[in-house]
Amino acid sequence: MNKNGEIAIEAREMDVYYAHFRAVKGINIKFPTRKITALIGPSGCGKSTVLRSFNRMNDLVLVARVQGEVLYRGNNIYGKDVDPVEIRRRIGMVFQKPNPFAKSIYENVAWGARINGYKGNMDELVESSLRQAALWDEVKDKLSQSGYSLSGGQQQRLCIARTIAVKPEIILMDEPTSALDPVATLRIEELIQELKQNYTIIIVTHNMQQAARASDYTAFFNMDEDRAGYLVEYNATNMLFTNPQNEMTEQYITGRFG
Amino acid sequence: MTRHVLERELRQLQDEILRLGSEVEENLGVAVEALRRRDMVRARQLIQADEWINQRRIQIGMRGLSLIATQQPFASDMRQIAAMIEIAGELERIHDYVKGIAKINLQIDEVYYLEPLIALYPQMAVKTQEMLRGALDAFVNRDAVLARQIPAADDVVDDLYKSAYRVIVRYAAQTPTAVEMANQIEWAGHNLERSADRVINICEWIIYMVTGVFAELDSEYETPPLTM
Repeated sequence: MNKNGEIAIEAREMDVYYAHFRAVKGINIKFPTRKITALIGPSGCGKSTVLRSFNRMNDLVLVARVQGEVLYRGNNIYGKDVDPVEIRRRIGMVFQKPNPFAKSIYENVAWGARINGYKGNMDELVESSLRQAALWDEVKDKLSQSGYSLSGGQQQRLCIARTIAVKPEIILMDEPTSALDPVATLRIEELIQELKQNYTIIIVTHNMQQAARASDYTAFFNMDEDRAGYLVEYNATNMLFTNPQNEMTEQYITGRFG
Repeated sequence: MTRHVLERELRQLQDEILRLGSEVEENLGVAVEALRRRDMVRARQLIQADEWINQRRIQIGMRGLSLIATQQPFASDMRQIAAMIEIAGELERIHDYVKGIAKINLQIDEVYYLEPLIALYPQMAVKTQEMLRGALDAFVNRDAVLARQIPAADDVVDDLYKSAYRVIVRYAAQTPTAVEMANQIEWAGHNLERSADRVINICEWIIYMVTGVFAELDSEYETPPLTM
């Protein structure tokens, strides 16, 4: 884990159901603070479901139900008095496809802070968020243009800026580069490395090379015979990719199944 | 998902390592036999062969690197490539020792009868060849247990070398006109001793390839005592 052994978020005996179907089972995992952790595994192994459980995105799926605990700052985010909106401000999410609003670049970044009642200097917040997302230099002269006028890679960085603007602690990323070309992908990967100075990042990726390149820790998920996803192996990325301890991990990362 | 291209390439590289390894093993014996029989023709052939061995070692390294670049291997695939590149390097170095023995053969005046001085070298060569054959078996069978057993034989090579060393030093002390020659003969024995150490390095890489853990195997050679 990190130097101080700090844990940003932790799942304990977490099961996620979609109606009667158990999508993931018995997840126990701790994510170290200000590190990048990659979740990998074959399609359908539940890694995106696990990711979405960490900021209560599954609440938006009516039939979804989470059992067990997700501890953030020592409290279960599924506890009775917890406000999911507040959770999502602290634990942001970046999606597979860039999804800017049909608004200006400026408003895309300012929006989240504005609805959260941000009282500070909005221009400064927009600039610092765009700078952290490595987009400022490319957009500073056209902040009033539509977010849609940007390229795919720029749109994704805009979405990252929007996520950063509400000052979260954790950023969840669900295959954030799968819709991007290789150059835009590498830019995002570099950006993630910058962001880990200040944020804990958990990233779902189908791309094992990306997990190997861009993360500090990697968790490998698979599904059992009932198609319920579970955690197979979790280790420092360099260990997992050079000497996996589980035969299933070995088979998956060497491309023999999945 | 399958990895036909990667698997085929890995097999071919493995075959190439085995070919290289058995040639090095054979030439080690040839070098000592040529020294014993003062066969200069064979000695020259060995020196020529060394260039070809170097080329093939480089080819194995380049093919391994291009597999890393094009196939993005992980885990055991990655370790196998790393081990093969290293093993090819060790084999090439052993053949440098073979070449060294051949050069010594060419440098020592033909009038010298070397038999008494190098009486233990054929045994050293045979033992080292056994170690190398065992290492190649361990490599092809992914046998970490065997790879761990092989270094014990190095003690035998070391003991033979120490005995040979004493004989040569005693001879040099008694025959001041032949000190230069004795020194070269001693160096040939040193080459054999180092060859066996290189086999231990190969065993270390085999264990890494199989288990994912790199462990130093004991190959410490103590300088022979100068008592006669």
